[in-house]
Formats: sequence, structure tokens, C-alpha cells
Amino acid sequence: MTDMTEVAITAPKRPGRLAEFWQYFSENRGAVIGMWTFAILVLLAVLADFIAPHSATEQFREATLQPPVWQEGGSWTFPLGTDPLGRDMLSRLLYGARFSFFVGMVVVVIAATGGILLGLVAGFAPKWLDTVIMRLMDIILSFPSLLLALVLVAILGPSLLNAMIAISIVLQPHYVRLTRAAVINERTRDYVVSARVAGAKLPRLMFVTVLPNCLAPIIVQAALSFSNAILDVAALGFLGMGAQPPTPEWGTMLAEAREFILRAWWVVTLPGLAILITVLSINLMGDGLRDALDPKLKRS
Amino acid sequence: MLRFFISRLSTFFVTFVGVTLISFAFIRVIPGDPIIVMAGERGMSQERYEELTRQYGFDQPVLTQFWDYLTGVLQGDLGQSFVTKKPVWDEFFALFPATLELSLCAIILAIALGIPAGVIAAVNRGKFFDRALMSSALVGYSMPIFWWALLLIIVFSGNLGWTPVSGRMGLLYYFPTPTGFMLIDSLLSGQSGAFVSAVQHLILPTIVLATIPLAVIARQTRSAMLEVLSEDYIRTARAKGLKPWRINGLHALRNAMIPVITVIGLSVGTLLAGAILTETIFSWPGIGKWMVDSIFRRDYPVVQGGLLLVAVVVMIVNLIVDMLYGLINPRIRTRK
Repeated sequence: MTDMTEVAITAPKRPGRLAEFWQYFSENRGAVIGMWTFAILVLLAVLADFIAPHSATEQFREATLQPPVWQEGGSWTFPLGTDPLGRDMLSRLLYGARFSFFVGMVVVVIAATGGILLGLVAGFAPKWLDTVIMRLMDIILSFPSLLLALVLVAILGPSLLNAMIAISIVLQPHYVRLTRAAVINERTRDYVVSARVAGAKLPRLMFVTVLPNCLAPIIVQAALSFSNAILDVAALGFLGMGAQPPTPEWGTMLAEAREFILRAWWVVTLPGLAILITVLSINLMGDGLRDALDPKLKRS
Repeated sequence: MLRFFISRLSTFFVTFVGVTLISFAFIRVIPGDPIIVMAGERGMSQERYEELTRQYGFDQPVLTQFWDYLTGVLQGDLGQSFVTKKPVWDEFFALFPATLELSLCAIILAIALGIPAGVIAAVNRGKFFDRALMSSALVGYSMPIFWWALLLIIVFSGNLGWTPVSGRMGLLYYFPTPTGFMLIDSLLSGQSGAFVSAVQHLILPTIVLATIPLAVIARQTRSAMLEVLSEDYIRTARAKGLKPWRINGLHALRNAMIPVITVIGLSVGTLLAGAILTETIFSWPGIGKWMVDSIFRRDYPVVQGGLLLVAVVVMIVNLIVDMLYGLINPRIRTRK
């Protein structure tokens, strides 16, 4: 009897933040599939040393352009066939996954850190500084992203590192705009004003009071730019301005295989499929994140 | 209204000067002396070097150089290509129609398929059609288009032999190109088969370039439609007993179009970025391929001028979209 009155008085316990997030996220079946696919791909990339049957660059000259195992002429030594130089496709794809995830992570970290900082500054700064920062971002956004990245790489010299820097610069304005918009929205709220009245200094207001409440759209953007970064680095690699041979980067692999497209479908199909599956899994997750984090879009 | 236009125009000019500054800076931050690069392997005498330095104005203070560059740009002087010795301006406008033709076809395809797909998905929310369409849209959105292009070439050019692999026109045809648009010029030429050849060359690049905008438009249309369909006036229209097609087509779609138009405007940048890859793969003689080739040939004036002109094209389109938007939707005008 006493139990029941107690239950009636105490409000139902609010689920933890993570539990609440998971509840919304898992409602989206695609997002969960995307997450598992992504997890498996990351695991494959991490364990490439143990799973890959061969080195990514070792050339088996007696087995060039061997088809995958299920086709006539294929063998279990090279389960997904070999490329024109006799390198094992499976091993190259596995090691290639490392590059893609590495690139995605580095680009997101650089672009997000810089973008969030600039966005916070623009949101809190006096009007002239805000204008300067935002015009600068407008200027970067006037260039088609891939073209600007290409030109930046032409200046810095073609390499994977420079491609990553270029793509970070190109993706950065999106973070600045998002952060600034969120900051301006939050800045006049009561909790910020009271923190200011309580004597919080500007850095504390920026990073401790306001930033955590602006994170939702930024996290969604991070997922989006993760997949964009993978696509753009692959595109630069494909154009010969990203990772250089013999690096087993997926875009570079495609470029090397281009002339064989009509003779050996697997050298072209497999790296592209790897890019597509990776990007798709991240985008699926990104949709789920958006549904779970952005209350405005939750019902659409 | 006038204030809105003036503020947008002033922003446009500030951005324009910034973009010019970036393209101006480009040739000066590149490692190595641009004049030595221009001479290439042959090298040059000291006198010739100094003469060229003077000719290109590299001996002037940087601010003077920038002022000269800016005034030159406004008069259409973007320098000469190192390789062809032709003015960059002329080269750009000789090739621009090819990119414009491809981009227009791609955006028309994307709109023609994307908006109906979004509407159908929204009206059938949660049902089979919605799932199928939105899954395809997500795949399209995640597609590495350079790979997509290669796959289409394998299937349609390689296996089926339906379409040519590259270029804009079959080798059998030759005719003057007054408009620069192959579809129009081939009709004007009156040569039988020329128009068909132009269409055949255009199909695959158009599909490839349209893929990502198509996916984005379909997704945007769906979410805008869903938002509008939950509005009170739609319920009123339903209660009045209007036919579903009238509600969806007239009441809902018209109001859902505003965000969709924005997305279409914004996809100009995407199209030009996509054109770089598409034109390179299909050897399409447009701006994208021209830029990539120039980067590889270290033809810096072309890279510099092309970068600037492409950015200006994007900016002009965005400005037009912005102003149209202000005309359609008065709420935008007053928003800070």
C-alpha cells in the first residue's frame, strides 16, 4: 500500500540522456543498420594486419588481373582477384579502409575544431569582427568545394596529407555558420544572461555555458562531413591529386584501374563499391543522428 | 524591398573583391617563381627574366599589383594562358557553353525526377514507395560519381554499345557552332543524325551529373511536403472535400517549393564541382576538364582566371536565387 502512494507521488524517472538518445536513434532502422555496417568496416580496417592475406603492395607477377574466386580462373589465393600489377585486391581494399577512416576522422576534427572556434567567436564578437568572419566564409563557399580543394592541392603539392588539409578548409565554413547561428540563438536566453550576471567570464560563457547547447546540429554536420571527406579525398585521388600510388587509397586504386574497365570489371567495381558502402553507412547513421538530436526535425 | 536588394548587392561586391583577392594570391603563394615556371625546361636569360617581371608587374608593390589585377578583371583581362597564349577570358567563354549545356540538362533531369519522387514519397509516407524512393535517394546521395560514371560506361558503352564513351559529337559530323550548345547547333546544321549523336553523347554525363542533385532535391521535397501536409490549411482543404491530387499538387506543393528552390539554387556549386569529375571522365570539352588539365600543365593564369570566373558564376546564381527568394517570400526580406 505504501509503495503505491510513493509511486504516485514521485514523478517517473526521466531516462538518462544516452538512453533517450538511443531510443530515438534505434527507431530509425536504417540508422542501426548503418551503425553496424560502419562498426564492421572499422573493425576490418583496424584488423587489416591480421585479416589481409597479402601485403597491400606486394606484386605477384605471375597472377596479374586474376578474376575473383567465383569466376572462372579465380583462386582462393586471391579471393577478390588481383589488379593489373598482380596485387591482391582484398588486401588493398582492407588497407584502403584505413586511409578512408583516417582521412574522415582527421578532416572532421580539423574542420570542426576550427569551425566551432570561429563560429563561437563570430557569435560573441562585436559586429565588425562577426562581419569579417562571415564574409570570409562566404568567400570560401563561393568556390565549388572540389575545385577549391584541387587548387589548394596544386599549391601545396599532391599528397594525402595536403588533400586532407584542403578538404578541411573547404568543409570548415559549414561549421562556422552552424555554430554561429546556434550561438546567436542561445546567447540571449535566460540561463546565459544569469550566468553572465553571476560573473562568468567570456571564455566560460562560450565554452561551458553556451557550446554544449549548440552541439546537436554540429554533431549531425560532423557525420555529414565525415562522408563528404571520404568522397572528396577519393575524388582527389581519382584525379591524381590525392594519395599517390602505390598507396592503396580507394580513389587512387580506381584511377589506376581505369584503362582496364572493359577487360577486368573487378578492379573498377570493388574499390567504388567499398567507397559507396562506407559513405552510405555513415549517411544512414547521420540521418539517425539528426532524428535523435534535432527535436525540430524529429517528426518529419 | 529596395533596401533588401541593396544589402544583397553590397554583400555581393564585398565577396567579389575577396574572391578576386584569393585568385590573385594564388599565383603568388605557389612554390617557385611563376616566370621561371613559365619558361619551363628551357630556362631564360637574365634580361628576358627582368623584362617579363616588368611585363607582368611583379616588380611593383603588392597593393599596386592587386589594384591592377582587379581593374584588369573588371575589364575582362585575366591574362594569357602559358600554353596556348590565348586570353583566359576567351578560352573560358569558348568552353563555357559545353559546361552550361551539360549542367542545364542535368538540373532539368534532377528537377523532373526529384520533385515527383519527393511528392510521391511524402504522400505515401512510411509505405513501400516512400521507403524505396528514399533508400534510392540516399544511395544516390552517397554515390562516388566518378565510379558511377565508370559503371555506366562499362554497361551502356562497353556491354550494350548504346552510347559513345567520350566527347560531345560523333566524328562524322562537322558543322559551325554559333550557340555553342550542341543540341541546338546540330539541329541548325540540318545534318541528319547529328542531333541524335549529340543526344547520345549527352545521356551518360547528364545522368552522372544529375545523380547527387536529384537525390538532394527528392529528399528536400519530401521533408518540405511532410511539413506542409501537417498544416491547418491542408486539413481545411481536406475537410472541404477537395480531391487529393488538388490538395497535394496545388495547396501543398506550391508552399513546399520554397525550400526546394533554395536547394536547387545551391546545387549550382555542386554541379560545377561534379562537372570537374564528369567532364574529365567523359572527355567533355568544358570548364571542369579545362581546369583539371590546366592544373596538371601548371598553366597558372588559366587556373587563376578559371577559379575566379567559376566563383563569380556561382555567386551570380546565388544572388539571383536570393533575390527571387526575397520576391516570393516577404519574410526573408525583413529578416536580419
